[in-house]
Amino acid sequence: MTRSVPDLTCRELVELVTDYLEARLPVDERTRFELHLTYCDWCRTYLEQMRQVLVGAGEITEEAIEPEMRDALLATFRDWKRGSGGGS
Amino acid sequence: MSEPVGIAAEDRELAALRAGDEEAFLALVNRHHGAMLRVAGMFVRSRAVAEDVVQEAWVGVLRGLHLFEGRSSLKSWIFSILVNCAKARGLRESRTVPMSSLDPTPEEDAPSVSPDRFREEGDRWAGHWSAPPEPWPDARVESSELVALVGEALETLPPAQRTVMSLRDVDGWESGEVCEHLNISEGNQRVLLHRARSKVRAFVEERLGREGPP
Repeated sequence: MTRSVPDLTCRELVELVTDYLEARLPVDERTRFELHLTYCDWCRTYLEQMRQVLVGAGEITEEAIEPEMRDALLATFRDWKRGSGGGS
Repeated sequence: MSEPVGIAAEDRELAALRAGDEEAFLALVNRHHGAMLRVAGMFVRSRAVAEDVVQEAWVGVLRGLHLFEGRSSLKSWIFSILVNCAKARGLRESRTVPMSSLDPTPEEDAPSVSPDRFREEGDRWAGHWSAPPEPWPDARVESSELVALVGEALETLPPAQRTVMSLRDVDGWESGEVCEHLNISEGNQRVLLHRARSKVRAFVEERLGREGPP
């Protein structure tokens, strides 16, 4: 591989992390990105932390629906059921 | 993250709803509740109004259920009804639909990591870390602490960033779904997501670093 383009700097890499994770980097950019990671522990740590954040976000429990609202929606559903003949 | 619902599962769910199955209805309501409040919240003034809009949307969903033909997913159809209700309410509130608030602001150009953590121009290693990130201790990453910190960080974000990141990373939406329902471009979605995730990482880093070992 020819080194016609300069190496990515760490400062540039942190701005490309989302495009990288979203698989939206053009192939040559992705190559530069991955090349940088092969020798930069710090940026590997940065990327790893971003992945940890995403795993953490995926584990957030949504707030439960308030009981009043749940009851109101259920009442709406029962009205609808009566009106529509309840599944007949 | 809410579980993706397969096509077969969605057919069963739809059949159960049409048959008047309350459990099925409540399961659907619960699954989408957080995301519905978030999306509605982008168009109206307050949490209370967003709750109203969600309720109104469910009435619309039930009314239209016999017309739903499955050309889109049930989820997508529910959210398009929700967005219509939210926009209508936003207009009635004479709050113009805040699409502009979904455009990246100048602040959106701010760097993901403070420039003073990198070596300066002129340095042989200009642009490389001078204050690099330290790996987070496994024990803290694997505890519920990280999840709580991410949740706390999300609350500090500007609304558009918070909404996009929550829909993508908490609710597990695809980028296309976010673009469709918030009516934003793919590029714009990615800018908002990038700013949001970068700030959340920085927030977690600061808290894990500052608080030291537990």
